[in-house]
Amino acid sequence: MATTGASTLFDKLWRDHAVCELDSGETLVYLDRIFLHERTGAIALQGLRAAARPVRTPQQVFCTMDHIVDTFPGRGDETLMPSGKDFIVATREETAAVGVRLFDVDDPDQGIAHVISPELGLALPGLSLVCPDSHTCTLGGIGALAWGIGSSEAEHAMATSTLRVKKPKNLRVCFEGALSPGVTAKDMVLHLIATIGANGAAGYAVEFAGSAVRALPVEARLTMCNMAVEFSAISAVIAPDEKVEAYFHGRPHAPQGEDWQAAVEYWRTLRSDAAAQFDREYRIDASTITPSVTWGTSPEQAVATAGQVPDPDCIADPGRRAAAQRALDYQGLRPGQPIDSIAIDAAFIGSCTNSRISDLRAAAAVLRGRRLAAGVRGVVVPGSRGVKRAAEREGLHELFTAAGFEWRDAGCSMCFYAGGETFGSNQRVISSTNRNFEGRQGPNTRTHLASPETVAASAVAGFITSAAALADMGEPVQ
Amino acid sequence: MKAFTRHSGVAAPLRRRNIDTDAIIPSREMKRVSRHGLGEGLFAGWRYTLPGGREPNPEFVLNRPEYSAASILLGGDNFGCGSSREHAVWALAEFGIRAIIASGYGAIFYTNCVRNGVLPVCLPDADVEALAQLVESDPQANPVAIDLERGEVRCGTFCKPFEMDSASRHMLLHGLDPISLTLQSDAEIVRFEGARRARFGWAFSPLKSNASEGSQDVEKMKSTES
Repeated sequence: MATTGASTLFDKLWRDHAVCELDSGETLVYLDRIFLHERTGAIALQGLRAAARPVRTPQQVFCTMDHIVDTFPGRGDETLMPSGKDFIVATREETAAVGVRLFDVDDPDQGIAHVISPELGLALPGLSLVCPDSHTCTLGGIGALAWGIGSSEAEHAMATSTLRVKKPKNLRVCFEGALSPGVTAKDMVLHLIATIGANGAAGYAVEFAGSAVRALPVEARLTMCNMAVEFSAISAVIAPDEKVEAYFHGRPHAPQGEDWQAAVEYWRTLRSDAAAQFDREYRIDASTITPSVTWGTSPEQAVATAGQVPDPDCIADPGRRAAAQRALDYQGLRPGQPIDSIAIDAAFIGSCTNSRISDLRAAAAVLRGRRLAAGVRGVVVPGSRGVKRAAEREGLHELFTAAGFEWRDAGCSMCFYAGGETFGSNQRVISSTNRNFEGRQGPNTRTHLASPETVAASAVAGFITSAAALADMGEPVQ
Repeated sequence: MKAFTRHSGVAAPLRRRNIDTDAIIPSREMKRVSRHGLGEGLFAGWRYTLPGGREPNPEFVLNRPEYSAASILLGGDNFGCGSSREHAVWALAEFGIRAIIASGYGAIFYTNCVRNGVLPVCLPDADVEALAQLVESDPQANPVAIDLERGEVRCGTFCKPFEMDSASRHMLLHGLDPISLTLQSDAEIVRFEGARRARFGWAFSPLKSNASEGSQDVEKMKSTES
């Protein structure tokens, strides 16, 4: 802050991208990278074309096919979603017209925007990045200044290389202490949102810090920041460290040689100063966190897998009580029901939250020597074709298929329902995704969010359970 | 962009926490590469009896005759959370919603509203509840009047001031196009970009070879996670 000269990490990133302060009270923020996808990218590019506005720096804009592209092996432009092909074709035409690099349906580097951008080194620590997708905050996990925007803002970003933004306040969440074995970044962030509320970070940029966050591998940090939007944070960030440096070294688009040295030198300044002041702080004892799962229709409606469905009558706040009752009705659950009595119909592993190679390894480790419970459908969708190839080199696909899971091509897939694929009405899905909203995965589909480990364990058990609890039920057959 | 100075109309209470943009417009209703034709899909999951169908659910507030002319929504906290889809605001605007009154908004949704001339008013939840009760007694006899210049919401004896960040207020009052405004600062953007390229060359250097070439050597891609 001005009085001490000490800055938060977010303030440093903000300052280094501030073109100027506007009379309106906003800052004009410079954008190093802009990502698009086929669901909204073509609309934004068409809007620019209609207004005869050029894309200012097309070499800083990237586009991928992720949202509605089919994930069946051997896919083309056709999608199960009616009119999905129109979005794909329009995106291909519009990006080609302005010279934007497209990761097309058949591109070996295609995948979910928030998975491929760090994987290819297009997102880097210290860069600003926006995308018309709310989960763009994922990239804060590597120390980027990243946030999701709408289509009008995407047009503004492409036309000016900037956005007009009111600077958010600073919030820090410190997870201190050691996680218990089997507890993941997904459990940490579900626990946080359940504790503070889905609106807990409204108006703030959140920094995740503390010893338990520093101990997380890079991909787990991406998972944690991915869910920051479910916490209503405008953006999220974690200080980049030597793990992040190691992650990026040698990535296809990462800086090289002298540029690499200069980048690393800068990245090492990207941390909150010891005396930095935050507008609000939360401290969470990481050792108290257990494997978690959502029971309701908001990410804030989460409990321990060893817990019970809450009783709305015990919720004091009338708004929360009404929301809980409505959620129980939608989800077909009763108050006090043990979580491990909830039978599931399907298990989904994928999405920008949990579809990276470490997620697939973790799920595969639970599935080794085990099979899907009778009547349960399992689907695994790698976050990118790079992840898919890596998994196949390790033989993970064989493990998944031996366990009875479908092994798919890369994309967002059934994280949300666009009129194509769904698990079906009244089907109960344990899902490694980020949103359990009513109808999110299809009309009347019931979603329970959890880590890939918990999804895999539940798929084997046939009801919601953690990997540790599954292990207690008996050893795998081989 | 459509300016917003003042508006008076029937307000419909939809007092649920965390109404997300998937609920405002389900993804399955976003059928065309267009900002238009979305009003019919507004709240489709709640508004119609069957998914994909068009038979009105008589229970849903906007289907009740007394709210058929609603142009204001009274929402719950964290309204418009979730997906960044601007289609949610396009659908609201096309349906005829000019303003929303709630205690809090999803940040992306809030900006999307401002960029489309839809006014997101913030009032404490107790005030929104009081307003909802007032309206419900006779929605058509109790229209809600919103004056952005004065920063005031009125309904009969109900009168509450509201605040709005000055940038959004200015944009809405004058119906400004933010891109045109920003392009007036182009010289500053060019100067900043030049300085940034000089200081952080590494942030731009990997892009030189990028524009239209094919895939990188993907086998270089690391699959190991530290």
